[in-house]
Amino acid sequence: MRNVVKIQEVQPSLTDRRKFLKISGLTIVGTGLLLAGCNNDENVIASASNSNLKSKYGGGHFPGIKDGVFDLGGNDLGVLTYAYALEQLEADFYTKVVNANGFTTNFTAEDQQVLTDLYHHEVIHREFFKAALSGALPNPTSQLLPNLAFDYGSLNFSNRDQVLATAKALEDTGVAAYNGAGRLISNPGYLLLAGKIVSVEARHASAIRSLINPNSKDFAGDDVVNPTTGLDVKKNPSEVLAIAGGFITTNFTALYLP
Amino acid sequence: MNILKFIESFANESLMQNKGSRRESFGQFSQLGKNLALASIPFGLSSLTNSAYAADITPTPSTPIGALQLALTLEYLEKEFYIMGLESGVIPKGGRDEKVFMQISDHETDHVSFLINGLGGIGSPNFVAKPTFDFTVGGAFAPFNDYPTFLALAQAFEDTGVRAYKGQAANLISTPDLLTAALQIHSVEARHASEVRRLRGLKGWITLNERGAGMPAATQAVYNGEELTTQAGYNTAALFGAAAGSEAYDEPLTTQETVAIANLFIV
Repeated sequence: MRNVVKIQEVQPSLTDRRKFLKISGLTIVGTGLLLAGCNNDENVIASASNSNLKSKYGGGHFPGIKDGVFDLGGNDLGVLTYAYALEQLEADFYTKVVNANGFTTNFTAEDQQVLTDLYHHEVIHREFFKAALSGALPNPTSQLLPNLAFDYGSLNFSNRDQVLATAKALEDTGVAAYNGAGRLISNPGYLLLAGKIVSVEARHASAIRSLINPNSKDFAGDDVVNPTTGLDVKKNPSEVLAIAGGFITTNFTALYLP
Repeated sequence: MNILKFIESFANESLMQNKGSRRESFGQFSQLGKNLALASIPFGLSSLTNSAYAADITPTPSTPIGALQLALTLEYLEKEFYIMGLESGVIPKGGRDEKVFMQISDHETDHVSFLINGLGGIGSPNFVAKPTFDFTVGGAFAPFNDYPTFLALAQAFEDTGVRAYKGQAANLISTPDLLTAALQIHSVEARHASEVRRLRGLKGWITLNERGAGMPAATQAVYNGEELTTQAGYNTAALFGAAAGSEAYDEPLTTQETVAIANLFIV
């Protein structure tokens, strides 16, 4: 990969940004891009000399406050912000699961091992996106998605069936979300990162399904893998957010995602 | 030469002899041990090596068509492996394992059809024919007589599939519909991999570069590189250690690495 992208240095103190872009296959060659302003359009980079580059790698709508509400944005970093929102939800859910009263008594040893691994993986994914986006966003102070708040309604975290059913829904939704979002990503380095995560989400989904119904084909059941084409689920952000949004109490928009 | 190295690696491997429960027996390649004891391997080596070498597939180009061609070859391999497994009777009947492998087999058959269509059908100049596979690797393996061997190869094929599709994603970035379909196959392979690993008593995800208990040393190429704990500059081992950090991300295989693995089974 020999991609070149120009990113404006807004906060030179954030040295991690250089590191992130470098390792993800990009090279910072200059500081030529300009932010267009500080109003509602602040999330759109404008630079005539770099129009091709920015439209492909990071132009368009960045995440940030729009009309008083945080919007996920629509460029590559917007898609990653969308993923960050989903990983925040998953991480929060499993954190509550493993810390719930009776975790060690209501779940089998195998359940506990799987759920603890998923807790680790999802928290790692969340913190990865936070670090990566903090490094890659031109102005992370205003463009980084804040910590979201969640509400699981009447879900009983001490009830095995309820927890596993919710985990299954979250993991299948995660798989569908990444599968649907891949085509929205322009930068091959970011696409690969999403690919590294989605297959782990699919491994999770399979394991949770297998815990729920072990003696079956549910690990890759006909409800998620089309039995005619052999293709897994995919969903657009608007479809995913309609599902995941039921758990998220923080208000945000996705105006620039399909 | 791949085959030679592959078989030599077995000669060095300590093979456990006792028969335990299924989960304990994954380290056993009893059939393989018999073959080695009969010294049949050295006899077959030269002709095996030559024929395998002659039929090796070559790396596909870094284009959307190349990506689909490589994927199709892998799906041919998986499809044939599972059909042969189901027909051989090596898979225990009537229980979880049979249900699992019937479902996996159906998916791989679907994937072959899907990819052939994606390449324009069997009359297309982009079509690639099914190679001839030897899942015994010249007699070193007996996957259709020995169930632990069948399971071990299934795990290797599924984990390879996950990594191979991931490695081809960038080649499909200019063709969004094909990219999406490839991602939809990629996650199915990952669901399969998780279940096969769990049938074998392992975690559904790959820890560091561990191939897992009972996996032959020759399958290590499937797992090398999975131990990565730096993702885009972020240390994924920071919070819960390197094992969890590596599990949370699957790594790609290059075209060359994928071809080298597939060629072990192509004659």
